[in-house]
Amino acid sequence: MTHARRFILSAASGLALIAALPATAQDFITVASTTSTENSGLFGHILPMFQEETGIEVRVVSQGTGQALETGRRGDADVVFVHARAQEEQFVADGYGVQRFDVMYNDFVIVGPGDDPAEVRMAADATAAMTAIAVAEAAFASRGDDSGTHVAEANLWAAAGVAPAGRWYLSTGSGMGATLNTAAQVPAYALTDRGTWLSFENRGDLEIVFEGDPVLFNPYGIILVNPERHAHVKAEQGQAFIDWVTSDEGQAAIADFTVGGEQLFFPSAA
Amino acid sequence: MGGPFATAFSLIASGDPALMQIIGLSLRVTLTAVLMACAVGLPLGAALALARFPGRGAVIVVFNALMGLPPVVAGLIVYLMLSRSGPFGSLALLFTPTAMIIAQTLLILPIVISLTRSVVEDLWAEYREQLLSLGAGRLRAVPTLLWDGRVSLLTGVLAGFGRASAEVGAVLIVGGNIAGHTRTMTTAITLETARGQLGLAVALGIILLTLTLTLNAIAWGAGQWARGRLG
Repeated sequence: MTHARRFILSAASGLALIAALPATAQDFITVASTTSTENSGLFGHILPMFQEETGIEVRVVSQGTGQALETGRRGDADVVFVHARAQEEQFVADGYGVQRFDVMYNDFVIVGPGDDPAEVRMAADATAAMTAIAVAEAAFASRGDDSGTHVAEANLWAAAGVAPAGRWYLSTGSGMGATLNTAAQVPAYALTDRGTWLSFENRGDLEIVFEGDPVLFNPYGIILVNPERHAHVKAEQGQAFIDWVTSDEGQAAIADFTVGGEQLFFPSAA
Repeated sequence: MGGPFATAFSLIASGDPALMQIIGLSLRVTLTAVLMACAVGLPLGAALALARFPGRGAVIVVFNALMGLPPVVAGLIVYLMLSRSGPFGSLALLFTPTAMIIAQTLLILPIVISLTRSVVEDLWAEYREQLLSLGAGRLRAVPTLLWDGRVSLLTGVLAGFGRASAEVGAVLIVGGNIAGHTRTMTTAITLETARGQLGLAVALGIILLTLTLTLNAIAWGAGQWARGRLG
């Protein structure tokens, strides 16, 4: 039975591997945030500065805004950092978050095929641009995932009085990058945050066809998950991150971040 | 395709610490999951092969079917279990490598159990008389049968490894793809694809395939060597 013994020994040492997993850093917080902040590289730029200063490691789980808020509601994050104001205010009103702070904004742009079959470039405002796409039944790739960008898109369709449906309307149910990959292939129009667009490389024939309307303003808010609801929330460290992000220093770090020489996020903390 | 291959090669050559960390984590998570699944699955599969009890057929069918458990479903189940609002929330395991190991173990376990059962069943049919005449009961025969079937069992273990190292659905949900902490080869590929960095994504894919190929070559070589020694 020595073979068997050897086998049992190796199995046991396998189990020991688990126990030997390196101890995780004690001082860290989990932040549920959006794909736009992570994919653009903003966190890679600002988090090392915060960690240097406070010794607190920030672990970012990037999800759509809807999923990020759900992660907060379940108590699986200490801080949520997202962009869908109405949902954020609901999150606080329901007692899941302590308070919402303005952090920064960027803006949405409408991208589409360079030859612009729906003549979106001629549109006077964002509502007219959406109407033009719907009237032409030109392909439009939607996030369809309850993210902040998807919510913003739904608001634009509502303002245009359009209930988007039909073969031209492609609900990808995916993140911004995956949706842009789809849009580039079809090719289709899509609503995207400028940050993801600027750092996105697989553009194919897509170009910005509409930008600059104030309704495309995209504000980001940061909220501490309520420790009264989830006692394990690292309120002190989480608040330290919120304080830093909204401080002069944090705001300057956000303003400093550029992709291809272009500033992506504009500080807006009071 | 020269681009991605060149990127893959220069990535490896550069010894980029972030990449090495990702490769190390992927291997650690998947290999640990394979070992866990073997520790549980080999004895369980062998027991299932030899034991006779009511409902045995149903149990076998269920384990066979679970070989097709979608990774994203396994991930979701583990997520709901480990979430702070779930039954094991107080362990604070969500978004850690341990959570990823648990999810991948769930994915591999049915493969190891089902394959072990089938291999041991065949061996038992073959050696039954001999083992019984030596005075070995069914239970005592288990280690011998497992050892005898080790070359065939290795294929099952490799299939399990392949399934776990290739999946992204489960590790993405329970690990959260946190940079420097729970980012694996497959979640990094997903992220780079989402960023439109397709060249980098393909390069990472090439590295992952190379790793899998290397491990399989080692296992195959070991199997051949064992066969040769057995004559």
